Amino acid sequence: MNSVPNINRRSFVIGTVAAGGGLALGLDLPFGGPQVIRAADGSPEITAWVVIRPDDTVVIRVARSEMGQGTLTGLAQLVAEELECDWSKVTTEFPTPGQNTARKRVWGDFSTGGSRGIRESNEYVRKGGAAARMMLVQAAANEWKVPAAECTAANSVITHKASGRSTTFGKVAEAAAKIDPPTDIKLKDPKDWTIAGKPLKRLDTADKLTGKMTYGIDLKLPGMLNAAIKAAPVFGAKLKSYEEAKVTGMPGVKKVVRVGDNAVAVVADTWWHAKTALEALPIEWESSENDKVSSETIAEVLKAGLDAEQAFVGNQGGDAKAAIAGATKKVEAIYSYPYQHHATMEPMNATALYTADKCEVWCPTQNGEAALAVAAEASGLPVAKCDVYKMFLGGGFGRRGRSDYVAQAVLIAKQMPGTPVKLIWSREEDMTHGTYHPVTQCKLTGALDADNNLTGLHMRISGQSILSSVFPARLEQGKDPATFQGLNAGGAEGQLGYTIPNLLIDHAMRNPHVPPGFWRGVNNNQNAIYLECFMDELAHAAGQDPLEFRRKILKPKHRAVLEAVAEKAGWGKPAPQGVFRGLAQQMGYGSYVAACAEVSVDKGKLKIHRIVAATDSGHVVNPAQIERQVCGSFVFGLGAALYGECTVKDGRVVEENFDSYNVLRMDEMPKVEVIVMPSGGFWGGVGEPTIFVAAPAVLNAIFAATGKRIRTLPLKNHDLKAA
Amino acid sequence: MARLTINGQTHNVDVEPDTPLLWAIRENVGLTGTKFGCGIAQCGACTVHIDGVATRSCSVPVSAAEGKQIVTIEGLAQNGALHPVQKAWLEGDVPQCGYCQSGMMMAVAALLKETPKPTDADIDKAISNICRCGTYQQVRTAIHAIANA
Repeated sequence: MNSVPNINRRSFVIGTVAAGGGLALGLDLPFGGPQVIRAADGSPEITAWVVIRPDDTVVIRVARSEMGQGTLTGLAQLVAEELECDWSKVTTEFPTPGQNTARKRVWGDFSTGGSRGIRESNEYVRKGGAAARMMLVQAAANEWKVPAAECTAANSVITHKASGRSTTFGKVAEAAAKIDPPTDIKLKDPKDWTIAGKPLKRLDTADKLTGKMTYGIDLKLPGMLNAAIKAAPVFGAKLKSYEEAKVTGMPGVKKVVRVGDNAVAVVADTWWHAKTALEALPIEWESSENDKVSSETIAEVLKAGLDAEQAFVGNQGGDAKAAIAGATKKVEAIYSYPYQHHATMEPMNATALYTADKCEVWCPTQNGEAALAVAAEASGLPVAKCDVYKMFLGGGFGRRGRSDYVAQAVLIAKQMPGTPVKLIWSREEDMTHGTYHPVTQCKLTGALDADNNLTGLHMRISGQSILSSVFPARLEQGKDPATFQGLNAGGAEGQLGYTIPNLLIDHAMRNPHVPPGFWRGVNNNQNAIYLECFMDELAHAAGQDPLEFRRKILKPKHRAVLEAVAEKAGWGKPAPQGVFRGLAQQMGYGSYVAACAEVSVDKGKLKIHRIVAATDSGHVVNPAQIERQVCGSFVFGLGAALYGECTVKDGRVVEENFDSYNVLRMDEMPKVEVIVMPSGGFWGGVGEPTIFVAAPAVLNAIFAATGKRIRTLPLKNHDLKAA
Repeated sequence: MARLTINGQTHNVDVEPDTPLLWAIRENVGLTGTKFGCGIAQCGACTVHIDGVATRSCSVPVSAAEGKQIVTIEGLAQNGALHPVQKAWLEGDVPQCGYCQSGMMMAVAALLKETPKPTDADIDKAISNICRCGTYQQVRTAIHAIANA
């Protein structure tokens, strides 16, 4: 069972910070042996990742955020595997970003996005578990005065076979915590895993069944007030004025506060009172240069980029333009992809408590360290006087990597020192103040020779850069490398699967004022649609089977997942009456994925019957959780394909709630068959990749069913009655 | 002041009569298992039982809930024993982030009371709760598991 982060966590902070700045500190002590770092309950920390309680409970520290993707369980499995502990005794705990800072980032990166949780921290968390096991074994060996090499650890029990002695982790934890951590740590071969690699159940389920789980929105602190907020509806506009007197006498209202230069909040005893008063509050906004921007004007700007001379080159080989000029057959198509909202089920929220010398924040966040930095900046206090207590997230999907709502909560709390204030966004505030899936268009031009071989491809992307808005420092001489996700020439992250002799993939950056953000799957989502639907178009233009056409030019691992879904789905064999199939593949976040969709279109009504999906993530930490991530990815990706669209009018987002921004529900959920096919030797992510192939597989199946090539999303805007 | 009977207990709640039942439950009674998702009865995260009927509590004023039996997720388990839906959810490892699951389980519990062996079509019709993590396949499997138990 996971410990619920709440106000008690403060004692944990004090407990560890008071103990000093890390394991190395003990070495400086003149006498008394190395100092032990203790958890709040006094139990000794063996390594930063492992605390062992006297009753043999194993507390595993998890630095990444848990938002439903199961990383908490997977990371714990990796630590437990090397620790050789009893899995039934494992519990987990989130260290705070403030502790991480104070201890020189002993837990590494807290940021939880890009399907990175396991693939980027697997090695050091396993080492944290292995080191703790070695120290526990050493402590037992010391007690028995035998060589540690003669002792073994399994299931939280240490045994010295020769003498028949055994003890438990809990009994030697105190002694182990005083032993210098080893530097030479050998990790197990994944083929010998007994905890990792197994379809274990999640560790955090029980409290989610009874209403006990405390999400950020559920936090209660003594004396806490609640705030509702409205920020300028036009992105970039500022707050002009508001008439506080109109709401001051309303039930429960305590204060009306300006929040930064673009928002106003009402603070009240309950959130419902705060929200009711906010609705009644007359507010004026400054006019802005963005007041006239609409979806149509944005589309025009992007369209111009499709033929612009200047573009950043992402992937180039041979001479694509010459190949196209000399083609026997030239195929051209223009695609586009809309703004979308994350629509986490739990709206943005954060609770802040500010005093003159301390600022504390409780919030659901995908990036605790960024939230800490924002808390420090907004409070004006040094980082050392701030901390962030990470709550469970009611969904993240990339939205909670940003900390705008944290800054707002702190700015409100700063105007009410000593009083904790919980800020909750209404759904309408949430929908209209997102960091949206960016908009792009793409013009693809393909060259086929006389034998219908693909000799050249030019893929011109025009549209929004996420990094230029979120991390401008990561631009490379103006270029946003993330734009080319899944289209890169090489590398372990997101490599183009096709070998095409003459290739040019470039990006004309066009940045509208609507703020973009990382949206589960990110740029892979539209890149996979552009590439995989166009490959389908090329195959048909070449008069070839879409699978065969791809197979000839796919690299081995990309091909393997595609062939796996084709075989399981029965590609090349008759489908049920009225059912048609479509394929797609892509590599992203280190994993190779493919899907085959089966759809029918009856009198214009689309039904997605079945999805077969394959994932090669190299290693597999928990196949049961991968299956769930894949099923969930199709819900996310198919919902996007069917409905996902935020339109812009008068500079603001039009859709405000689920009545106008629909998502996939139970009745439209196809059966998803999951193939997990790890080929070993690398670590790929699983929280996002299969989202990429959801839409293109379905769009290609729709073409097979209707002959209609859908090149703009979402599908709700199209009439699918057969052409 | 409203008099609400929640999970068998009577609460005198000091709220305006038009306060949504959801917020009275969360903020005044202090039971936060019932979630806020949309406020317009679209997502179902706030689903509770009112006299046995699955109801989206964000769109019911407390005045309309007085004198009725209200059950929230905290009251689904009886005498310390998990409800069959909760057991099936545990067995099937259904929740991901879990935020929508209180409402989802309340909706499913009401469905199964009415239709103990629902078909896929029954499930599609009755369960329109939104889950953004995408647990629908696990939810459907768990419902059938209960029905076939």
